[in-house]
Amino acid sequence: MRPQFVPPVIELKQINKAFGATRALDRIDLRVEPGQTTVLIGPSGCGKSTLLRAVVGLIGLDGGTASFEGSAISAQSVRALRRRMGYVIQEGGLFPHLTAAENVVLMARQLGWPEHKWRGRLAELAELTRLPIDALDRYPVELSGGQRQRVSLMRALMLDPHVLLMDEPLGALDPMIRSELQVELRAIFRRLEKTVLLVTHDLDEAGFFGDLIVLLREGRIEQQGTLEELVHKPRNEFVRAFVNAQRSMLEPPREEPRS
Amino acid sequence: MSGVTRCSIAALVLVLLAQTALAQKPHVAVGSKKFTESVILGELLTQLAASTGAEVEHRSELGGTRILWSALKRGEIDVYPEYTGTISKEILGAGEAATIDEVRGALTAEGIAVSAPLGFNNTYVLGMKEELADERRIRAISDLARHPDLRFGFSNEFMDREDGWPGLRRSYALPQRDVRGMDHDLAYRGLAAGSIDVVDLYSTDAEIEYYGLRMLEDDQAYFPRYDAVILYRSDLRGRASEMIAAFSALEGTITAADMTAMNAKAKIKRVSEARIASEFLERRLGVQADRPDVSAWQRFWVNTVEHLFLVTVSLAGAIFVSIPLGVIAARFSGVGQAILGTVGIIQTIPALALLVFMIPLLGIGAAPAIAALFLYSLLPIVRNTYAGLHDIPRPIVESAIALGLLPSQRLRLVELPLAARSILAGIKTSAVINVGTATLGALIGTGGYGQPILTGIRLDDVGLIMQGAVPAAGLALLCQGAFELAERRLVSKGLRIKAS
Repeated sequence: MRPQFVPPVIELKQINKAFGATRALDRIDLRVEPGQTTVLIGPSGCGKSTLLRAVVGLIGLDGGTASFEGSAISAQSVRALRRRMGYVIQEGGLFPHLTAAENVVLMARQLGWPEHKWRGRLAELAELTRLPIDALDRYPVELSGGQRQRVSLMRALMLDPHVLLMDEPLGALDPMIRSELQVELRAIFRRLEKTVLLVTHDLDEAGFFGDLIVLLREGRIEQQGTLEELVHKPRNEFVRAFVNAQRSMLEPPREEPRS
Repeated sequence: MSGVTRCSIAALVLVLLAQTALAQKPHVAVGSKKFTESVILGELLTQLAASTGAEVEHRSELGGTRILWSALKRGEIDVYPEYTGTISKEILGAGEAATIDEVRGALTAEGIAVSAPLGFNNTYVLGMKEELADERRIRAISDLARHPDLRFGFSNEFMDREDGWPGLRRSYALPQRDVRGMDHDLAYRGLAAGSIDVVDLYSTDAEIEYYGLRMLEDDQAYFPRYDAVILYRSDLRGRASEMIAAFSALEGTITAADMTAMNAKAKIKRVSEARIASEFLERRLGVQADRPDVSAWQRFWVNTVEHLFLVTVSLAGAIFVSIPLGVIAARFSGVGQAILGTVGIIQTIPALALLVFMIPLLGIGAAPAIAALFLYSLLPIVRNTYAGLHDIPRPIVESAIALGLLPSQRLRLVELPLAARSILAGIKTSAVINVGTATLGALIGTGGYGQPILTGIRLDDVGLIMQGAVPAAGLALLCQGAFELAERRLVSKGLRIKAS
């Protein structure tokens, strides 16, 4: 449906990464299309987090090329590219010595944004993520797990990045809050038309978010496609077994929030 | 700065220079060793020098011969009282005791002049309690060879001086094995308490009579003569010839009985050395040299200022250097191990040894003490900075990187604030160690709270020791409290509150 000439936001070609004898990424090819949510899934140690960390430049590659909006991701270029990426991790990775608001605006202030601009953006993001205003002046230790993830998302969105990279963003939350946040997150992605690359180990969550689901095992892509394709047209035994093991996806689909 | 101000400052400087040139008084520093007789002699020299109108400073109670001698050669002091035997054996390293003329000849080459003897010979003697000496029938040093079970307690300097125990043991073939080194002033206490039997004494010590001690005859004439003389820098003749003339009034004036009486006044009657010296000068030489006694509060104030100076300068320097070292250690693991290893080794050097190592490089006084205290303060701060940075959870560091913060921004905005508590704890440890260690500085002439402690040990005056020890402990506690307050200001509330 998408015109062919729109370049992918992230394009990986034959990337490799080994930690000692372990192949963490093995000849991976992947395109993350604009406006889409791409979900990386697979058992522990399959390389899904490693792939995300390679995109944001926390680890270097052994081989292959990775590019972001057409420019190659290298040790030199990645510093500038990071301003167009928002990265959210499981525990939020908030700086404990700063309040929620200070966490969110830290980078913008370093870039010399005038006060009215960052204050305005802060209020806008608090509303978007439905973070209570009084939580802004609290320190991370004083926030609930769900609030911490909202703040972490605000921080990632502050500079209006072109892509959100999320590593198990809801993994540490209890199920009720988790499902509430899932709904809200997807609404936010759609409203902002953000390109998202998200890591999860839960097929249910992958199906809920993913326009494209990429199933990895031992550093390799076993299959990529929609949830439908993975369930009904598994390419091999591993895919079939992985899908069957996560039966929860057979539950009826949830109500969409009205937006 | 405008041209006009610059001109007026230059004019001011010229006026000040002219004034100092007109009112120039010779400035001299007198040194003395850390035993009472030396301090009294130093005081005599100080007051004589002052009576010629010079500006005089008495750097009293500096450690031992080596510290005084190197300070004299470097010009940090101009004059100090010494003994001929010490000069020939300790300073010149001669095998045989040299005559005064030989000594004079040798020292002239070093730019040091020697006065004529002051009159008394303060030689080393060995002493023991009368009753024990009677019981064992010991009269002379050679008699000791028959009593190998006797316990010897010698002053630290005597233990390793060429004219001390090593030579004495060889000369008399003494068999004793229980030989301990201790502070000279503590040796008397050990003798009185019966924990040692034989000590080295100076023949003019006041305690000989006070404790009823027998001086053992040096029947093989091992000890050389220790005639008291004045050593001064030859250039003093040009700078302050009147002063040399004033010093010469002391030559041949002080008998052994005079000296013993003066020592007794200081140690047993607790009269200040300054007063003893001024009484002697007035009675014998008719010299009026008023050195008013300093009040205890004045002394306390001076000691406090001196101590704070040592601690503040050395600690500030250590903070300034250690935090960057800790950061480098945390960033680069190879260099880091080398840095941590090096500062760790420095910490294992005993404090007193470190102070003494500094003397050849920096002389005496505050500079070597500050250098030693600085080195001592490095480890806790470097190690805690390293640990504080190293212990920051990986996800937080990675979040900072992924956010796009540059390494310098990361350090300033995230890593150092997160390590602040650990760094402050390191500084606090350093400060407390520093306050305690700084008391040793008195041995090399820094003053501070160590001064009353040192004098108190010398005069066997517990009250005086307390005047140094109590404020030093108080200052350490104060430091601790101050850093706890600083922690509230410098460590983010987000790190201090506990999760509910």
